[in-house]
Amino acid sequence: MEKALKKYGFVFTIPTFAAFFIGFIMPFIQGLYLSFCQFTTVDNAKWNGLDNYIRVFQDESFLSAFGFTVSFAVVSVVSINMLAFGLALLLTREIKGTNFFRTVFFMPNLIGGIVLGYIWQILINCVLSLVEQPLLKLNSTAGYWGLIILMCWQQVGYMMIIYIAGLQNIPEDVLEAARVDGANSIQTLIKVKLPMVMSSITVCVFLTLTNSFKLFDQNLALTAGEPAHSTEMLALNIYQTFYARAGAQWKGLGQAKAVIFCIVVIAISMLQLNATRKKEVQS
Amino acid sequence: MKRKVLSLMLAAAMTATLFAGCGSKDAGNNGTAGTEAAGTEVAGGEEKGSVYYLNFKPEQDEAWQNLAKAYTEETGVEVTVVTAASGSYETTLMGEMGKSGAPTLFQVNGPVGLANWKDYCYDLSGSDIYSQLTSESFALKEGNTVYGIAYVIESYGLITNKTLLEKAGYSVDDIKSFADLKKVAEDITARSAELGFSAFSSAGMDSSSDWRFKTHLANLPIYFEYQADGIGTTDAIKGTYLDNYRQIWDLYINNSTCAGADLAAKTGDDSRNEFLAGKAVFFQNGSWEYGNLVGDGKFTDDDLTMIPIYVGAGDEANQGLCTGTENFWCVNKEADEADIKATLDFINWCVTSDKGTNAMANDMGFVIPFKAAVESPNLFVKVDNALTAEGKTPVSWNFPTMPSEEWKNGVGTALTAYAANPTDDNWAVVVSAFVDGWAAEAALAK
Repeated sequence: MEKALKKYGFVFTIPTFAAFFIGFIMPFIQGLYLSFCQFTTVDNAKWNGLDNYIRVFQDESFLSAFGFTVSFAVVSVVSINMLAFGLALLLTREIKGTNFFRTVFFMPNLIGGIVLGYIWQILINCVLSLVEQPLLKLNSTAGYWGLIILMCWQQVGYMMIIYIAGLQNIPEDVLEAARVDGANSIQTLIKVKLPMVMSSITVCVFLTLTNSFKLFDQNLALTAGEPAHSTEMLALNIYQTFYARAGAQWKGLGQAKAVIFCIVVIAISMLQLNATRKKEVQS
Repeated sequence: MKRKVLSLMLAAAMTATLFAGCGSKDAGNNGTAGTEAAGTEVAGGEEKGSVYYLNFKPEQDEAWQNLAKAYTEETGVEVTVVTAASGSYETTLMGEMGKSGAPTLFQVNGPVGLANWKDYCYDLSGSDIYSQLTSESFALKEGNTVYGIAYVIESYGLITNKTLLEKAGYSVDDIKSFADLKKVAEDITARSAELGFSAFSSAGMDSSSDWRFKTHLANLPIYFEYQADGIGTTDAIKGTYLDNYRQIWDLYINNSTCAGADLAAKTGDDSRNEFLAGKAVFFQNGSWEYGNLVGDGKFTDDDLTMIPIYVGAGDEANQGLCTGTENFWCVNKEADEADIKATLDFINWCVTSDKGTNAMANDMGFVIPFKAAVESPNLFVKVDNALTAEGKTPVSWNFPTMPSEEWKNGVGTALTAYAANPTDDNWAVVVSAFVDGWAAEAALAK
């Protein structure tokens, strides 16, 4: 039986592999190919060499979108994880109504990004109008912080659940040993709890980092890149290049941007996974 | 051994379901491939072809579906009309054109939009529909090649609530120039607390409304510059009439229902609702708004009219409404010979037959630039006809020559900033976005 499985096992992977190939690998290869072409529709492409890639680096809007994305990602990753971990600590203390609070904090995650973006746009514009500041459309600082607040509000609950699971997995005897040794609550947190939830941290940082880089819906709905592309993130910049521009020369450029974007996101998340995994410990 | 065969068969079955899944999905998406075949069968040997129209205007979807059905009943030729969701025409078109069974009939919005699709446009110069046009200026031509044919003519201007205007002590006859408009608007603003309404509905700069100013209003300085220079398009706009643009924009933002700083977030609906609620006398928009303004619980034809947008340039005594088009039909060159023929027959039928012209005028509310056109019941269209009959010159639509969407967005952002804080410095930003932005974008489009 085992022998037969070894011999014919691959047959059972065919359906999944075929789906993966058709739905992922093929489009990816085609996308890669198109990034070297000038085209309007995908089956009518003309080879264009490295032209698109050269133009990507001459495109100021792409570079500024890259800068904006990085500064957004740094702040949002730190703030989302700090807030989520703080909430998780609070909500593992067996206070009354813990389950209710967990549900409430998780809920924003169930609303779609576009809807959230428009709701927060109205909220933020009302506040800005009250304090007599320029509205979102003219205010890139408000746009930046608006995006951060929006993403924190949406993602903190989700990350909190992961941290709670991590905190609850810490064996009671380890904590008890720390207590017996005379560790105070801060020492317990830093020396015991944090190293023990490192695997949760890996997951959460990975999710928030990639989410921040790939952010699109919220960006489109909240600011749409206004004013003058200053709050435009990478994904939105690619979308705008591809669809808001008329002429075949833009499609290949958008495609080349998308390929670079993909490589950057993969590279950054790999680096991060490596870095945080090294810190993980076994109990 | 038996087991091996069984497992192999199972695996094969799984793979088969997978591919069957893909297959059926394909068939679903390419509904036209099926209808094409059906169309040919009905013809019984004779190639009839079929039509697949990717419609741009969601408001007219139902009317198009009915007209397509009527055509199929009359001729047996299958007509599929698919309407792209508002704001996603280019994306939908790009997706559909890549498939087998691509649209045979689609539309572009003028020379700039044509840049994307030129390679797919069938030359319409020898077609019947081309000969039906009332004026050659309604064709999208380059040299002798006709890439597109305008199928609807629209007008825009200042939609005016005559009842309110009378309440303020004026009539539309009092407004014959920018100076008159300014006098009336400022007088209404001065007395707005007592009157209970403002001169202009909010000039919202949300994306649902900003095209009224960054595109339609911007057409006026471009039009007067083109007229003065005797040109029809340019790579470098000079901005000769930008002071006039500023005048009219100042008038809009200073005599509005809300403060200039709030315009950044005002939507098209806000503006229309203010007008419908009788909070403003003037509302800059076009003939396509007719259905939204006139009807049960709204205005009647007697309440409204449309006046030209005066900016204090050119011959104001003879200025008409802004009349033109940005909707051009194009036929897909890549389609089958028979389908191209069927499509040409269909569009020709739409603009020549009784059924077609009636549907376009009454059901869709269109004015079509073809010889057999039926008069539309649309009030604003009638106003335009009356003004033209009086000898006024319509202002042509030059915004299809704007170099790109990006240019419009740049002007829009600058206008919004100026509305929030109308200083000379902020106007300089508008001028720069208008003039320098034009040159930069025109260079990029090359």
